[in-house]
Amino acid sequence: MHWINLHHGQTNRRVSRWEKGRVAVLLSAFALALPCAAQAPAAPAARFVVVLDAAHGGDDTGGRLASGQMEKAATLALSVRLRSVLNARGIAVITTRESDAAMESDRRAGIADHAKAGACLSLHATESGTGLHLFTSSLAPAPATRFMAWKTAQAAYVTRSLALAGALNSALQQAGTHVTLGRTALAGLDSMTCPALAVEIAPERGPDGNVTAEPDNPNYLARVAASLAAALLEWRSDPQRLNPQNTGVRQP
Amino acid sequence: MIPRYQKILFFVLLAAALAMGGILWHLRQRAHERLLAGEDSAPTQAPAVAPTEQATLLVANDMDGSLLTEAQALPLPADPGQRARLILGRLLDLYAQPGAAHPVSGGAAGIAQVFLLPAPNAKDSPDQDAQLAVVNLTTAFAAAHPSGLETETLTVLSICGTLRANLSHVTQVRFLVDGEQRPNMAGHADLTRTYLTADATPAESSTP
Repeated sequence: MHWINLHHGQTNRRVSRWEKGRVAVLLSAFALALPCAAQAPAAPAARFVVVLDAAHGGDDTGGRLASGQMEKAATLALSVRLRSVLNARGIAVITTRESDAAMESDRRAGIADHAKAGACLSLHATESGTGLHLFTSSLAPAPATRFMAWKTAQAAYVTRSLALAGALNSALQQAGTHVTLGRTALAGLDSMTCPALAVEIAPERGPDGNVTAEPDNPNYLARVAASLAAALLEWRSDPQRLNPQNTGVRQP
Repeated sequence: MIPRYQKILFFVLLAAALAMGGILWHLRQRAHERLLAGEDSAPTQAPAVAPTEQATLLVANDMDGSLLTEAQALPLPADPGQRARLILGRLLDLYAQPGAAHPVSGGAAGIAQVFLLPAPNAKDSPDQDAQLAVVNLTTAFAAAHPSGLETETLTVLSICGTLRANLSHVTQVRFLVDGEQRPNMAGHADLTRTYLTADATPAESSTP
């Protein structure tokens, strides 16, 4: 072999200049790869990304809260706050909107799908109920296919979405938050190809049922954002997140 | 000079015309008598009241996102579509009452019609008589419905669950608003899809 001859410093006239160059490049690459291989014996883990979708916006105001604020403003406030908390904890966040802009549900789902996120949260606010409402898509679980129908793409991820709902429910309950779980049909959510939930923030109520904090209360929003961030941190290390039994991993 | 055969033809045709005129007059008299007889037989007694039956309602609760079963005694007609409309009307009446756990204004007037059709792919399903219920809501009801993911979802699920509890062949439900398809109820719950009544089960609720 050529490299043996070169290693022994013998001049081989049959070896062309191009071949010498190629061998030199290979040796250099090998030498550079050695320290890297020593420092990183395992492949780096995939980046954990969270997509935050503040529902409504622009002409689509959503519901009206008791304070007079529109739902679109409350969801944006929660999105901004949650993004800050997650970023501070080292979690990458992609938001669908950062301002009062109208956006079609298909575009929101498209952003989430391109992010290949570990969790996608569609944020909503309401005057009815109490605490946090966690909704998973009501689509029946289905195996992933190479080409999935846009309106039912979430079907391949429903199992993981249910696992995400369970993980968040557990973490939020530990934080003392009242949680209601459910399943719903929501445009946008059903098209997301990631573990996806619709999170609806409702008023905080006391034992007598009276409202103690409205969904747009800054202190309440801060507590909810902190609870959700802590829950997403747990989800990041949750084995169910990457368990092939729970995934809609595409089959070749 | 008129030929004889033409005279005979003239009188035959005249007789036929007179005969037909007489028959028409007779038929007219009979029709008139029938009309008078119909007026005479107008109902003189109140129509029979539908018998009271037990109906099962799945009543939503916003506080815990649950659907609770409630029995109601209602006079129900025999026609399945009218039965469904009356039962759903009673459900919406409960939501319109003050202090309702799932407050939605509008009441029974929010249901315009309920149509029952053979379900698509019914031949392939275990229930050969499976039906699709098309619930036509009024615009006023949809416009007055509180906006929210939970409250809209509960309204849809309680309607689906109530239909299933009372009309066992109804396996699928679609929603229209004043006869037209609408993207969502009040900004959230998708109304473009077909709902399965089997999915209308109480939502889980947990309190710390």
